Amino acid sequence: MVVILNNLDDEPIHRICGEHGRRPDELIEILHTVQKEHGYLTDAALRTIAEALNISRAEIHGVVSFYHDFYRAQPARHILKICRAEACQAVGSDDLAAYAERKFATTMGDKGAGGQIGIEAVYCLGNCALGPAMLIDGKLHGRVTPERLDILAETDLSSGEARNG
Amino acid sequence: MADVRIYVPGDAAAVSVGADTVAKRIQQEVARQKIDIQIIRNGSRGMFWLEPLVEVETPEGRVAYGPITENDVAGLFDAKFWSGGDHPLFHGPTEEIPYFAKQERLTFARCGVIDPLSLDDYEANGGLIGLRRALKMSPAAIVDDVTQSGLRGRGGAGFPTGIKWKTALNTPGDEKYICCNADEGDSGTFADRMLMEGDPFSLIEGMIIAGRAVGAEIGYIYLRSEYPHAIDVMRSAIDVCKATGLLGDSVDGSGDAFHVYVRVGAGAYICGEESSMLESLEGKRGQVKVKPPIPAISGLFGKPTIVNNVLSLATVPVILAEGADHYKDFGMGRSRGTQPFQLAGDIARGGLVEKAFGITLRELVEEFGGGTHSGKPIRAVQAGGPLGAYIPQTEFDVAMDYEALADAGAMLGHGGIVVFNDTVDMARQARFAMEFCEIESCGKCTPCRIGAVRGKETLDKIIAGEDRTENLAILEDLCDLMVDGSLCAMGGLTPMPVRSAVKYFPEDFGG
Repeated sequence: MVVILNNLDDEPIHRICGEHGRRPDELIEILHTVQKEHGYLTDAALRTIAEALNISRAEIHGVVSFYHDFYRAQPARHILKICRAEACQAVGSDDLAAYAERKFATTMGDKGAGGQIGIEAVYCLGNCALGPAMLIDGKLHGRVTPERLDILAETDLSSGEARNG
Repeated sequence: MADVRIYVPGDAAAVSVGADTVAKRIQQEVARQKIDIQIIRNGSRGMFWLEPLVEVETPEGRVAYGPITENDVAGLFDAKFWSGGDHPLFHGPTEEIPYFAKQERLTFARCGVIDPLSLDDYEANGGLIGLRRALKMSPAAIVDDVTQSGLRGRGGAGFPTGIKWKTALNTPGDEKYICCNADEGDSGTFADRMLMEGDPFSLIEGMIIAGRAVGAEIGYIYLRSEYPHAIDVMRSAIDVCKATGLLGDSVDGSGDAFHVYVRVGAGAYICGEESSMLESLEGKRGQVKVKPPIPAISGLFGKPTIVNNVLSLATVPVILAEGADHYKDFGMGRSRGTQPFQLAGDIARGGLVEKAFGITLRELVEEFGGGTHSGKPIRAVQAGGPLGAYIPQTEFDVAMDYEALADAGAMLGHGGIVVFNDTVDMARQARFAMEFCEIESCGKCTPCRIGAVRGKETLDKIIAGEDRTENLAILEDLCDLMVDGSLCAMGGLTPMPVRSAVKYFPEDFGG
C-alpha cells in the first residue's frame, strides 16, 4: 500500500519551519505559530514538523502533550480562560467558574471539544490585585463578577467570529 | 509638541478594567474639543485599586485621577482636568499619594513614569547610565560591583547574583548565554509583568550588562504565554534597541555584540524552575534536570549560562549607575536592597510596593494594603506564591527578609502576598496545594508526581472526616518524603502551604 505523506497542505507548515530556521530548539515557537494559523495541531502538521526539523514524531508528541497550551483537536469558537489560582480564589473565582459552567452549559477543561464556548482553567494571569481575572479570546479582564461576565458575554461572545484563545 | 501630556496606562491590569476604552474616549473628546493634548500609554504605577489611573503633567508635577471609567471622561473634561482641575476622583500629585510616597523605588523607579517604548524617555530618567559605565569596566569589576551590592535572586531562591555571575565568568566557553526567567507563574505575583510592560529597557540593559560581565553575546527572555501584553511590549522594545544600535553586533558602539530574543512559554508552571526552563528553551519537554552541573557551568545547550529573574536583571542597571554601596544601604542583615512586594487577593489597596527588606508583613497588609477589599476580617495570608506558607494574623509581625521568613517556616519567594478573608477553608487550600502540584508536576521524580496525588487523596479523606488523626499522620509523613526526596522546589515546597495550614488552622482539619 502506498501512503502519500506529502500533500499541498504541508506547504504553510514548511514555510513556518523555514522561518524558524528549521531549528529543533525553536519547536515550541513553531508549534505556537502553527496553532495560531490553523487553530490546532493536526497529526499531519506534527508529521510535517518532524520531517522539517529532522526529529522524531515521538519527541514532538512528548513536547505537545507536556504543555497545557496546545490543542490536538478543534477548540471552541470562543475560549474563556478563568484564573483558578490562589489570589483569584480569595476573591471568588471558584464561584465564578461554577457560574460560567452553568451559564454556557459546558464543563471546564473539556479541551478541543469544539462548540461555541470553551472554558479552561489557567493558573495566574498576573492580574492578582484585580481578581477574579479571565482571558476571553486572549483579552484580559479584571474584577469579573458573574454580573460582569453577563455583560462581557453580550459584548465579546455574541459574535460568531472564530478566534483562538 | 503638544501642550499637555496625559498618561493612561497600557499595562495589562489597567487594561483589564477598561484603560483602553478610557484612552479612546479621551482621544475622541480631545479631537472634538480641539485641545492640544498628547496621550501617552505608560506602564502602571502599581496602585491597582486606582486603575485606570489617569495622570496629567502640570507645571507642579504629575497629578492623578482614578479609578476612571469611560463614563467619567466627560466629567473630567468639564473639570478641565488637563490643567489639573478638581474632580471627585482627583488625588493630587501622584507621587504624594501615601501608598506611593512611602515606597523606595529603585528597580521600579521608571515604571509608570515613562513611555515604555521611548528610549529618549528612558535615558532622560536615568536609563543607560549603568550600561555606559559597565562598558568601560572589566568583566571582573562588573561582577564585583554586583557581588558587593548584595543583590540576591529575586525569582525566589535568593542566591547571590554576583556569585552566580562569577562562576559563569570563570568557566571557559566558546559560547555563553544570559537567560532571563520571565515565567512568573506564582499566584499573587505580577512584578515581572509590570516591569516588562512599564520599563522593558531596564531589563534589556540589565541583560546586556550581564552579557558583558560573563562574556555572553546572546540573551533569551523566557516569557510565559499567559502574558500576551508583556510579550508584545518586550518584542517592540527589542526592535527599538536593534534600530538604535543598543542591541546588535556592536552594543552602543562598544564593539561588543549582544542579541536578545523572546521565547514564549506554553503554559507550564514548572518551566519557572531553571533547569526545566532551559530544557524548554531547547524546544523540549520542560522536565527538571538533576543538579550538578549548575547552569553557570553547563546550562543552555551545555554552555555556561546565567539564569536570572526579570527583577534581578532589571535591578543591575541601577546598581551600576548608583554604585553597589547605594543599593546595599537599603535592607537588613543578609537581605540587601529593596524587594518589590505584591499585594493581591482580597485586599483593599492591591498593587506593587517596593520597599527595603525588613518591613513587616503587618505593615504591608494593613498600612499599605488597607485590609480586605470585601470588608471581611483577614484570616490568612499566603506569602511567596503557591509553594509558600499560609500565615495567620498572630504572625504578621515577621520581618520580610529571606532569613527572618525562613526562620518563621515561611519564604519570601517572588514577593507575592495573597490575602484571604474569614470565609476561607484552610483544608481546601491545603488540598489545592497538592492538586496544583499534581497538575503542574513535570513527572520526573516520584515524590512529586505520586506524592501530590496521594496528598490530595489524603486531604479529601480528612475533609470528609475519615480517620482524621491517622490521615493527618499519613499526610505529615508524606510531606516529609516530598521535602526530602523531590528533585526541585515544586515537590519539595508543596508541603509548606499544607503544613502551615495544618499548623496554624487546625480547626479546619477537625483538630
